[in-house]
Amino acid sequence: MGLSQLNSLYREVILDHSDHPHNKHALSAVTNTITLKNPTCGDVINLDVQVDDAGMITDIGFTGEGCTISQSSASMMTDAVKGKSREQALAMAKTFSDMVMGKSHSQADLDQLEDAAILSSIMQFPARIKCATLAWWALQRALLSDAKKEE
Amino acid sequence: MIKSREISATDFSILQQRVNDEPLVYLDNAATAQKPQAVIDALTHFYQHDNANVHRGVHTLAERATAAYEQAREKVQHFIHAPEMETVIFTKGTTDGLNLVASTYGEQQVHAGDEIVISIMEHHSNLIPWQQLAIRKHATLKYIGLTADGELDLADAARQITPRTKIVAVTHASNVLGVVNPLKQLAQLAHQNGAVLVGDGAQAVPHMKVDVQDLDVDFYAFSGHKMMAPTGIGVLYGKKALLAAMSPYQFGGEMIDFVHQQSSTWTQLPWKFEAGTQNIAGSIGLGAAVDYLTAYGMDRVHEREAALVANLLPRLVAMPGVTVFGPHDPAKHTGVITFNLDGLHPHDVATALDMEGVAVRAGHHCAQPLMAALHQVATVRASFYLYNTQADVERLLTAIQETKEFFNHGSVSAK
Repeated sequence: MGLSQLNSLYREVILDHSDHPHNKHALSAVTNTITLKNPTCGDVINLDVQVDDAGMITDIGFTGEGCTISQSSASMMTDAVKGKSREQALAMAKTFSDMVMGKSHSQADLDQLEDAAILSSIMQFPARIKCATLAWWALQRALLSDAKKEE
Repeated sequence: MIKSREISATDFSILQQRVNDEPLVYLDNAATAQKPQAVIDALTHFYQHDNANVHRGVHTLAERATAAYEQAREKVQHFIHAPEMETVIFTKGTTDGLNLVASTYGEQQVHAGDEIVISIMEHHSNLIPWQQLAIRKHATLKYIGLTADGELDLADAARQITPRTKIVAVTHASNVLGVVNPLKQLAQLAHQNGAVLVGDGAQAVPHMKVDVQDLDVDFYAFSGHKMMAPTGIGVLYGKKALLAAMSPYQFGGEMIDFVHQQSSTWTQLPWKFEAGTQNIAGSIGLGAAVDYLTAYGMDRVHEREAALVANLLPRLVAMPGVTVFGPHDPAKHTGVITFNLDGLHPHDVATALDMEGVAVRAGHHCAQPLMAALHQVATVRASFYLYNTQADVERLLTAIQETKEFFNHGSVSAK
């Protein structure tokens, strides 16, 4: 079997997102922000979110360091939730975490995740599930906290 | 002359399996070692024949269990050449032993303005207990740095250790850089300044002959599970006069002399520091591991690992796109080899190697200050033990080469 099995995880779209991550920058105007660490490897994500008065995510960006999986997951996550409402984004985070844990979810919910749905293959690599979920945890924590970015 | 024991194919049946359809190559020995059948059998035998609580029963099984428990202590005593059995305290592991010293000796001896000196290559278990002690006591925590090729800087040690230093705590062998530190010289330096030397032997005792009296360390902690014993058992060695003057660490059963309503007195060493029912089976397993290693011969363990490193290290260093941390001279290296591949995150590398059946560790190795000093978020670590072979080295090198090719090209064709 060997490395050919990796093809199922590191598909082109994942490698493309990690090589050229989308939304990888800090935001100047921020309503919600969080820094999360993956304690098993020391990877860090800083997530900045701009939510408008109507509760819509108007902008989102991330910085930090991480592996192929965590970087591409953050890239795909930010793409997927931009323009969504806070509630929709939280529901997507729940779908994602259910998906990678192998729980059932509707096709419509999966479609909402866009590219991020491809990370369901992470299930075959239990040691790497945390890498995939870090960005989505950060999103949940950022949206649920009222903490504003300190200037 | 007793002929030393060979490793039998049946000693480590766990290694005879396929992982991801490839024969397993286990190179995560710095995290934990596999257990020989002799150790597993000792545990089974204890639970099938001798299980009882130690030191208090009057019945026959309690006698047997107590004898086996204390015999294990004696084996450990001889293994590390400790002067007396009173100086060998059973703990949960290295972390537990170091916390014991910090919470008793450290708590009693360190005061505001004093210094604690450790090295930048310490595992968190020999770092955080001292960091927190320093915070509690308003003492200063100082670090000994590295030389350019990743060894402990002895000249810096001489600068950092001063008459204000109360404790010097340094690892005997690094779990990242694969270097052996000169504990004997550090102990001398510490003693000249009126300080004690605490050695972290977690990565040393399993792999080389350790003589705590020759090293002249004041305290020395190590774990059973990295030397083929079960998890949850470890040892703290301490000089008897120091241990005798220290207050107990935990209170309860087994460690008392006499208990009154308002006061108590403590039993003698080493039991003063063994409150509650201990890991009896674990200590017996540790005794069996000591027997196994002694029969094989610690000199041969070292020689065998050195031969693997002599083959692997120069080839890994010469491989394009590979950065090896720690000294590049095989003679200065233990069986711990830490590296990174250019442009690849260690987690991705470890997953790829796992697909090839090669088990390595990726991460910060519980040494975040060292990672910061090396300017790395994380690294890949391959670590060897006596059951590893030159064929394992070849498998690792091939898997690294294939991993580089996979990520350079985005995919590989199915085999």
